[in-house]
Amino acid sequence: MDINSFLQLLPQQLVNGVTLGATYALIALGYTMVYGIIQLINFAHGEVYMIGAFTGLYMVTVYRVNFFLAMFAAILMCVPLAVVIERVAYRPLRNSTRLAPLISALGVSLFLQTLVTLIKGPNPQGFPQIIKDSVYVLGPIKFSLVQMIILIVASLLMVLLHLTVKYTKVGKAMRATSENYETAYLMGINVNRIISFTFALGAALAAAGGVLVGMYFNSVHPFMGVTVGLKSFCAAVLGGIGSIPGAMLGGMFLGVAEVMGVAAGFGTYRDAIAFALLILVLLVKPTGLLGRPIQRKV
Amino acid sequence: MSTLLELKNLTINFGGLMALDRVSLEVEEGKICALIGPNGAGKSTVFNVITGIYKPNSGQILYRGQDITGGEPYLITAMGIARTFQNIRLFKNLSVLDNVKIGRHCKGHAGPFGAISRLPGVKAEERDITKKAQEVLSIVGLADRQKELAKNLPYGEQRRLEIARALAAEPQLLLLDEPAAGTNPQEKLALMQMVQQIRDMGVTLMLVEHDMSFVMSLSDHVDVLNYGSKIAGGTPAAIQQNSAVVEAYLGNQVD
Amino acid sequence: MLDLITNPYYTQVLTVMGIYLVAALGLHLITGITGQFSFGHAAFMSVGAYSSALLTLHLHTPLVLNLLLGGTAAALIGILLGFPSLRLTGDYLGITTLGFAEIVRVLFINMGITGGASGLAGIPRETNFALVYVVVILGIWAMYRIHDSRFGRALAAIREDEIAAESMGINTLLYKVTSFAIGSFYAGVSGALFAHLMQYLNPNDFGIARSFDVLNFVVLGGLGSIPGAVLGTGVLTLAPEFLRFIREYRMLIYSLLMVLMMIFRPNGLLGGVDLKGIFKNLFRRKFSKAVSG
Repeated sequence: MDINSFLQLLPQQLVNGVTLGATYALIALGYTMVYGIIQLINFAHGEVYMIGAFTGLYMVTVYRVNFFLAMFAAILMCVPLAVVIERVAYRPLRNSTRLAPLISALGVSLFLQTLVTLIKGPNPQGFPQIIKDSVYVLGPIKFSLVQMIILIVASLLMVLLHLTVKYTKVGKAMRATSENYETAYLMGINVNRIISFTFALGAALAAAGGVLVGMYFNSVHPFMGVTVGLKSFCAAVLGGIGSIPGAMLGGMFLGVAEVMGVAAGFGTYRDAIAFALLILVLLVKPTGLLGRPIQRKV
Repeated sequence: MSTLLELKNLTINFGGLMALDRVSLEVEEGKICALIGPNGAGKSTVFNVITGIYKPNSGQILYRGQDITGGEPYLITAMGIARTFQNIRLFKNLSVLDNVKIGRHCKGHAGPFGAISRLPGVKAEERDITKKAQEVLSIVGLADRQKELAKNLPYGEQRRLEIARALAAEPQLLLLDEPAAGTNPQEKLALMQMVQQIRDMGVTLMLVEHDMSFVMSLSDHVDVLNYGSKIAGGTPAAIQQNSAVVEAYLGNQVD
Repeated sequence: MLDLITNPYYTQVLTVMGIYLVAALGLHLITGITGQFSFGHAAFMSVGAYSSALLTLHLHTPLVLNLLLGGTAAALIGILLGFPSLRLTGDYLGITTLGFAEIVRVLFINMGITGGASGLAGIPRETNFALVYVVVILGIWAMYRIHDSRFGRALAAIREDEIAAESMGINTLLYKVTSFAIGSFYAGVSGALFAHLMQYLNPNDFGIARSFDVLNFVVLGGLGSIPGAVLGTGVLTLAPEFLRFIREYRMLIYSLLMVLMMIFRPNGLLGGVDLKGIFKNLFRRKFSKAVSG
């Protein structure tokens, strides 16, 4: 398409991109926090997001609750789930090879996908329009109510997370454990509990993200966690794995890049955009946009 | 006797921490040279910079007159410098013999095609590698432990294996990083004899060590580091008298 | 018993197993021996499959040549990916290879020459049981030779301790890339055999699931062990056949198995088991019994 029409659509695409990016950011945060604290790529995180979405769907269709209650229920479902996963599938492997927890995570991921498929079938399920969608116009940009809600909720959650990590005692313990596991332990921090808490926080954000996405695209399916999970992980690495602001930035960046890419005519390459960006960043600055370089000790 | 290795004003900075500050020293061929200093003085860092694992911010490293500053570790080894590690870096799941054979890697040439084809030249090279590896194991007294996995060896034998592995490369300069750490008096004595034996084979040695009696009785020359700077250099006797050295180790005397 | 050899369905299953075994051997070299994470192995199978299929369809070159060229194409792509990526460590390398595999998949879906999303059809059936197992035997033979060589030792050294390996004179980047290239070659040959068996290719056949399948073959069988790769591939490709009756729950069991194996036996079925030692002891005992009467 020509440059003029592209520029005309730019503000709108930015809004769409940032909205999508906000959802990626919510999920990316879970990946980055877990990696920061135990150096594990939690492949099962995408499935937690998916189960959050399905829980939201269930609440909305069976109990006819409103959006916020649905999100709350999803969080209530996913937080214990994530804590159990960590306890059962990852904790026993903390001292084994690097590959073992990854395989275990893959196993959990596959297990959850299969379980949901068995219960709900493999096809996409419609997510009802629970919010009366209206459109707000601001110059050349059209905001849908859903988009606004996503942006507001996501931002709120991210701010809450930031405050928790920066100012609470638990948050400090999280940061300490991320910096140096052994030292944190020696200083009396209950490392196991902090790790569980980290998983819980990530799961809460992902669950919320799941419901938001379900609402945005009006559909959920058992494999929605796979692609979105991978892309969000890319976003986390892009921003600098282990860095919370990095995950937020990475998520936004990825969302915008993806939407722009589709707008520019690369629609069929949509899913590859995340990976192409990921590889580019890893090759040029492996620590990501906001990550710090690591000096190896010999 | 010529200068085998020369460090000129070597400086390396780790994000604000000055690990080495304009360190200069010389190692004479055929001698045993020691590098001592309190913990954190930068001794292992010197080894890491010489072998190319760290690239210095400024300064030069000359080996046989050739500038090897910032060279790739595998190339520096091929030039004749081999080392052991402070925290023993053996190939744990491989056998004792394999560990030493790998030490001799730079003396071979066969690649994947040679591995699969096993032409006569390759077979001869393998026989030579095995033979030399076994010879070196005899020198350190581990010949009967060939098939054992490196991780199953007791600590003292692991240290000896590391030395054997380094020797297998037939180096001209051998860097030993705290070879006596954690060894008992008998092992220390055996180690001293081994070091002298290696020197008699024509290999120049540079040691980083904490154990003073070990260092003073073996070395021809001693350099002292403290907080990344060289504070003294000379014969063992001279160093023991040097007030700056005493102060570095013991702190200021309270009168 | 004869049924096993003549039944075409069983033959097909065993042939497919052999094809996966070739790919698994390649991943064994990359991850088991050299210790590099590769989560996109299926992409190289894909490259081999498509390039050999296109050669057959457009140039009508003989199969053996196509196999070699398919493998070589995969190896070249492996080198292309490897040089920049193998500077990265562990997890980062893993996700890079994963990302790369996805990019290949998406590219092939969008390319006209590969038939795009509807796939590539009409490939003549030139693969058979015998050919696959000849390749398998050659592949295993070559892998054993690599194990016991200067090259193989250097790769194992890189896996054990990369910094020490570098200090022993090993050009770790070069060796890692070479191991990646050889591993990808195996994958390419495997893909080529696959193409000429299934007669139809779709880029989604070589997605993340396939890569993780091959990873499971080598890890669950025993990382770093050739018999382990064989056992892992055998068990994991044949078990679904035996579990057909609980088809629905098959994936559930499989995924649970992954988690349980890692917790209770992280080295895999044959990891850490010295098969040669066991056989030697068996023979020694039998011999001494025979002698003592």
